[in-house]
Amino acid sequence: MPTNLTRADVTRIAALARLELTEDETTLFVEQLAAILSYFEDLQRADTTNVPPTAQVAVLAAAPWREDADRPSLDRDLLIRQAPEGDRDAGLFTVPRVIGS
Amino acid sequence: MTREREAHALRAAIAAGRLSAADACRASLDAIARLDPELHAFQHVMADAASARARAVDADPSAKQAPLAGVPVAIKDNILTRGVPTTACSKILEGYIPPYDATVIERLTRAGAVIVGKTNCDEFAMGSSTENSAFGPARNPWATDRTPGGSSGGSAAAVASGMVPIALGSDTGGSIRQPAALCGVLGLKPTYGRVSRYGLIAFASSFDQIGPFTRTARDAADVLAVIAGHDPLDSTTVETPVADYAAALTGDVRGLRVGVPGHLLTHGVDPDITRAFERALDELRAAGAELTDIALPHADLAIAVYYLIGNAEASSNLARYDGVRYGRRAPAATVTEMYARTRDRGFGAEVKRRIMIGTYVLSAGYYDAYYLKAQQVRTLIRRDYDEAFTRVDVVAVPTSPTAAFRLGERASDPIQMYLSDVFTVSANLAGLPAISIPCGLTDARLPAGLQLTARPFDESTLLRAADALERRTSWATERPPIFA
Repeated sequence: MPTNLTRADVTRIAALARLELTEDETTLFVEQLAAILSYFEDLQRADTTNVPPTAQVAVLAAAPWREDADRPSLDRDLLIRQAPEGDRDAGLFTVPRVIGS
Repeated sequence: MTREREAHALRAAIAAGRLSAADACRASLDAIARLDPELHAFQHVMADAASARARAVDADPSAKQAPLAGVPVAIKDNILTRGVPTTACSKILEGYIPPYDATVIERLTRAGAVIVGKTNCDEFAMGSSTENSAFGPARNPWATDRTPGGSSGGSAAAVASGMVPIALGSDTGGSIRQPAALCGVLGLKPTYGRVSRYGLIAFASSFDQIGPFTRTARDAADVLAVIAGHDPLDSTTVETPVADYAAALTGDVRGLRVGVPGHLLTHGVDPDITRAFERALDELRAAGAELTDIALPHADLAIAVYYLIGNAEASSNLARYDGVRYGRRAPAATVTEMYARTRDRGFGAEVKRRIMIGTYVLSAGYYDAYYLKAQQVRTLIRRDYDEAFTRVDVVAVPTSPTAAFRLGERASDPIQMYLSDVFTVSANLAGLPAISIPCGLTDARLPAGLQLTARPFDESTLLRAADALERRTSWATERPPIFA
C-alpha cells in the first residue's frame, strides 16, 4: 500500500471529497496524510482470516419496527429560510445553474 | 444561607419552595458572566430564554415537581436546539438556527431543566483539546494555560468551574470521558443505543453517543434516567427498559470484579497518572471489589481502527455540508465550484484532514486493505471484551494517559493528538458504556480520571462504583480555585 502519497493523489482525493484545497494545504496534507496512513499499516499485523467485519453494534438489541403511518414532517418554509439561497414561494432551494452552464 | 450546588439538591430546594428556578438560573448566568470570558466554555449563552424558561417553571406547580425542575444545564453546540444558534463550532454552520430540538433537549425540557447555553467544542466534535473550535479554544478551570480536553471541553469546563451542575456532551471516541478526566468531573458515555441521537450533528454514526457531565454520581443517574430510552426518531435506540439508576447508588461494591489490563499500562502513561490510578484501584479493593489482571490482546490497534472507521464515516456524514440547505455558501459560477469552495472555506484543517483520510480509505482500490480490515479488527476488539466480561464486571484503566496538556502543545502533530484517546476509543468500537470518575489530583494539582467500562446496558454498575468512590474519598469534591 502507498505510504508514499503523491501530490497528485492528494489532489485526486480532494476532488472526490469536493474540497478546493489551497497549494499550502495540499503540501501539508501530502506529508500528514502519509504519516496517518502509515500509522494505519499497524492493522496488517492482526490475523483476520475468517473474521467477519463489524459495521454496527446496534444489533446488540434490535430496535422495534414502527407503525407504517404518516406523520407531520418539518415545516418547509422554516427549512428553506435556513438555506443560503431559496425561493419560499416556489418551495425550492436555489443553486447556481446546473444544466446548460 | 447554604447555597445548593448539585442538581439533586437544587431540584429538591426548588420542589420544596426554598429556592426559585429563577434564582438558580440567575446564579448560573452570573457565574458564566464572571468566568466565561477567561474559560470560553460557552459558544452561546441563552440569558433571556433561560430566564424566561426558569420563570415558567416557577409559575407551574407540576413543573416544579419534575425530576430536573429548575436545574441549569449546558448543551454541547453539536446538539440541535430549536431557535437557538447551533454551529458544532464550525464556520460552515455559522448563523444556522435549527428548526427543531434534539430528542435529548425535548426530554430535558419536559423534565423541567433550564438550558442556559451552548458549549464550545472541537469543530464537529473532531479533536481532543477544543483547539479545533473555529471560534477559539476553551480553557481548563484548573490551569487556564491548559486544555480542558475535547471534544466536549466546554461542557466539562462549565461543570468543573461551577457555572452549571449538568452539561451534555457527545462521545465518539472519548469526547465526554477525556475532558471529564482532564477537568476533574464525572463523564458518562452510555451504551450505544441507550440515548437517542436524533438532533445530534452526526460525526461517526456507528460510534456517536450523547451523555452527561456532572459532579456527582447521583446527578449523572438522574440525567441518564431522563435522556435514556427508545426514540422512534433514532432507529439505533433500543427498547431495553431504562434501569432505576438512582437505586443502584448503594455504595456497595463488595464482590465487584474489576479487570485491569496491566499489559496496556506498562508504557506511555505519565507516572503521576499511574499513581492516581493505583490509588483508585486500592480504594475499590478496600471497598470489597476483587481485582483481576486481564488481557485485551487487540487494544493496541484500537486507535488505528477508530481513526480509520471514524474518518470514513465522517467523510460520508459531512458530505451534507455543501452550501445548499443550511449554513454558509461561498459564491461560485457553477454548482461544483460552489460545493468545493464552500467546503474549503467553511471547514477547518482537522475536519478537512479527516474528510481526506476517510475519502481515501473508502476510494476504489483501498477499501479492502483499509476499511474492511479495520472492521474486522473491530470485531476482534469486541471479542476481547466479550471474553473479559466472562471473568469480570468492569474493566479499569486511566481515562487519559496524561493530565491536561498545554494549549498548543500537540496542535501541530495530529497523531500525537490522536494518542490522547488511546484508552477511550475501545468503548465506542465495542458499543459499551464507560465512565470517567475523578480520582484525585496530581502533584501539579491537575485532575486525573479513572475509566470503568461495563457490559452493554450496565450503566448502573458504573454509577454504583462512582458513588462508592464518592463516599470513600474526597476526590469528587476537589474544586479548582476559580470555582463559582
